Amino acid sequence: MNLTLKIWRQEGPEAKGKMVTYKVSDISKDMSFLEMLDVLNEDLATKGERTVEFDHDCREGICGQCSLVINGQAHGHESHYTTCQTHMRSYKDGDVIFIEPFRAKSFPVIRDLKVDRSSMDKIIQAGGYISSFTGMAPEANSIPIHHEVAESAFDSAACIGCGACVATCKNSSAALFLSAKISHLAKLPQGKVERMERVVWMVNAHDDEGFGSCTNTGACAMVCPQEVDLLDITRMNYEYNRALATVRS
Amino acid sequence: MALNAKIPEGLLKDKWQNYLNKTNIVNPANRKKLDIIVVGAGLSGGGAAASLAELGYNVKVFFFQDSGRRSHSVAAQGGVNAAKNYKNDGDNVYRMFYDTIKGGDYRSREANVYRMAQVSVDLIDHMTAQGVPFGREYGGYLSNRSFGGVLVSRTFYARGQTGQQLLLATYQAMMKEIKRGTLTQYSRHEIQDIVVVDGKARGVIVRNLVTGEIERHSAHAVVLGTGGFGKIFYLSTLAMNSNGSATWRAHKKGAFFANPSWTQIHPTALPQAGEHQSKLTLMSESLRNDGRIWVPKKKDDPRPPGEIPAEDRDYYLERRYPAFGNLVPRDVASRAAKERMDAGYGVGPLKNAVYLDFKTAIEKLGVDTIRERYGNLFTMYKKITGIDAYKEPMKISPAAHFSMGGLWVDYELQTTIPGLYAVGEANFADHGANRLGANSLLQASVDGNFILPNTISNYLSNEIRTGKIPTDTPEFDEAEKAVKEQLQKILSIKGTMPVDQIHRRLGKIMFKEVAMSRNEKGLKWAIEEIRKLRKEFWTNVAVPGDDKGMNSELEKAGRLADYLEISELMAVDALDRKESCGAHFREEYQTEDGEAVRDDKNYMYSAAWEWLGGEKWKLHKEQLEFKEIEVKTRSYK
Ligand SMILES: Cc1cc2nc3c(=O)[nH]c(=O)nc-3n(C[C@H](O)[C@H](O)[C@H](O)COP(=O)(O)OP(=O)(O)OC[C@H]3O[C@@H](n4cnc5c(N)ncnc54)[C@H](O)[C@@H]3O)c2cc1C
Ligand code: FES
Repeated sequence: MNLTLKIWRQEGPEAKGKMVTYKVSDISKDMSFLEMLDVLNEDLATKGERTVEFDHDCREGICGQCSLVINGQAHGHESHYTTCQTHMRSYKDGDVIFIEPFRAKSFPVIRDLKVDRSSMDKIIQAGGYISSFTGMAPEANSIPIHHEVAESAFDSAACIGCGACVATCKNSSAALFLSAKISHLAKLPQGKVERMERVVWMVNAHDDEGFGSCTNTGACAMVCPQEVDLLDITRMNYEYNRALATVRS
Repeated sequence: MALNAKIPEGLLKDKWQNYLNKTNIVNPANRKKLDIIVVGAGLSGGGAAASLAELGYNVKVFFFQDSGRRSHSVAAQGGVNAAKNYKNDGDNVYRMFYDTIKGGDYRSREANVYRMAQVSVDLIDHMTAQGVPFGREYGGYLSNRSFGGVLVSRTFYARGQTGQQLLLATYQAMMKEIKRGTLTQYSRHEIQDIVVVDGKARGVIVRNLVTGEIERHSAHAVVLGTGGFGKIFYLSTLAMNSNGSATWRAHKKGAFFANPSWTQIHPTALPQAGEHQSKLTLMSESLRNDGRIWVPKKKDDPRPPGEIPAEDRDYYLERRYPAFGNLVPRDVASRAAKERMDAGYGVGPLKNAVYLDFKTAIEKLGVDTIRERYGNLFTMYKKITGIDAYKEPMKISPAAHFSMGGLWVDYELQTTIPGLYAVGEANFADHGANRLGANSLLQASVDGNFILPNTISNYLSNEIRTGKIPTDTPEFDEAEKAVKEQLQKILSIKGTMPVDQIHRRLGKIMFKEVAMSRNEKGLKWAIEEIRKLRKEFWTNVAVPGDDKGMNSELEKAGRLADYLEISELMAVDALDRKESCGAHFREEYQTEDGEAVRDDKNYMYSAAWEWLGGEKWKLHKEQLEFKEIEVKTRSYK
């Protein structure tokens, strides 16, 4: 296949960016989307031109490092895929593909398609953990946890922290990411001790980092590679109100 | 310099306790005065960073991803081993030790392996307390599965994303310490060199990948948890940016590199589909619990797999190894697949795969059970290949996966440079010539959380009067100068060959001659080819852009420059070892039916290589002694 790519190029955070057109040829159907970009970059390198910067690492959908908006959709057109899992099977000869970075106030562009997502680290730093130090733990089987509870906690814990929920949300809210961690820890007995401080601190950090508010549109859950459930946001709201109510009383 | 492994006195089961009883510890009030640099935020580095920060040391952690949560440990699927004996199936610390030594083909250090099995028990408690949602039975207790090379169920798992869940717990522990102010993180930073002052590791030179700036950081001790270098094969199950640069640069500063050629080739990865391919996705070994491996008995059988009846299928692992069947260790499974494919029985368009079939398991256990056990792996398989493995067998193929070799360390995990430690996959310690599945998450985690914090204090207790290490000294000047010169040299070549193309060619040489099967002629050929390719790199690599800001091509070029040297040492090491053991299979040393032949008389050692400059190394031997286990021929028949 021969394709036309329209790619966002931007030197640095302060620079003005623009869409630049490139052509790639001989793209085969079984290539991954990022391998297609590798082809472009090898071509640019051979010509001595600066290559397109994009984030990626594991290339199997688990590290959360890849992050593109492809034809207007975070991680491309398939629901619940990461960009690195997207393959060229679904494109056809002559297609024009628009490639942009994840866009949000809390994700400033570093260069081209790479953005700074350290704001998500800050949310976890605010309280997304259990304060147990190495050496403190009791015997693991001393806390039986119902099979279904463990499975449900896993569903929330599976979040890969890619930020597609933010990039897709019209308010640039990180509510799905935030609520996944709150839910993961609130569902487990080990996490219950700190649940009240945790939810308040984390929600505050989310707002301080400039993420928008959630208006329950649900677009985030449509793109989430790990299919984190929208109900986690409901649970977060419950946890938050419960915490505030408890403090007030 | 003579190698001293510093193995403590006493019976195997008492050694670690004896060590802990006698080792020096640092007064809590003095810990704040001591700086520690940890490189790597995976299970080993991240665990070390969090645990050392909890103890009150002043810790800085460096990694190249944008967040520690993305370190390559995140990709581990299958599980983590521990000798809990929750299954009442006869497991215990000794049996785990035994399985690991045997799995490693009697080429690992007895005392280290025993200690790993001992602390495995604590790790599951630790990770559960941190909120890891391990799989559970209906009664609410922890569940286990089996992995290759063992006859008990000791593998704990969180669906097919165990590495992710352990890493997130570790990452969260780091975030907690950052909030407490004891830990500082440097994301998107890559180590360029280790600074040695008066024979001791005193700091690092790093490149800020965002601004391009070269920075100096000093410390009283440096810990490398930088993972494996399997990406040297270009096609591997590792993440694209995994590299061997930190350990290699430490090697060139005096740290010995041990058993570099021992690479695990994993039997169940997805086969290569074309030239452009950038990585080979792993399909977890846990699948071999319920999946059966086969190829058609007839060459080029045109029928789709579902239409080939049982009598026309060769379940070659079950045929050759009736005792362990589909659960033989990885080296054995990979070689057996290679044997079938080389003989012309491979399947798929490139004849480079074998079938992994779940039909029997689905009939027996039902599709729901299989979905719950491996759902995410089947989904992953479908996303990549477009094929539904509930209906049709997977096609799998061997791929480079894990480095058993790494920096030589003693019992304290200290390298041959005082003050420089190596943890996790970056060291060589526990897996011998072949690693057992689910032992590596274990090793990385316990190195970082439980072992290093107790051994590094022995060294640091002598540093409490040292004071801050200055960075405006000749040693830092020189190291920084060399780093900058190398970057400029790479940028000035302005050749025509992109980095990845050279890397792919290196990968082909390595996979052909320094992988599953080796021989003298091939290894000598590989050395010649590597040298030619290295020359080509330094005269014709195409790296556009500059060093002033983000430049991925420059990052990759630096890593490839190191790979082009590590690869030579791998071949040298493989050439030196005139025996077959574990993953190291020398064609000259095999039985009539193709099984490995070890030479315990002459090769019962770990090969620790000292860099002498240029293309020269000196071999130091750490003789291995087995006092509490009988050395036997490894058999899975
Ligand atoms: C696909 C896959 C599946 C696996 N499945 C299992 C399994 O089921 N069970 C099991 O036990 N093991 C498994 N393993 C092996 C296991 O995951 C690894 O051996 C282990 O996680 C390594 O951990 P680590 O902390 O040593 O290194 P890593 O997790 O690789 O971390 C390396 C860290 O070092 C940093 N780093 C590296 N180089 C530099 C540099 N030059 N400068 C700065 N920072 C640097 C990185 O940023 C990263 O933070 C698997 C491996 C793979 C590839
Ligand atoms: S590169 Fe890791 S999730 Fe895409």
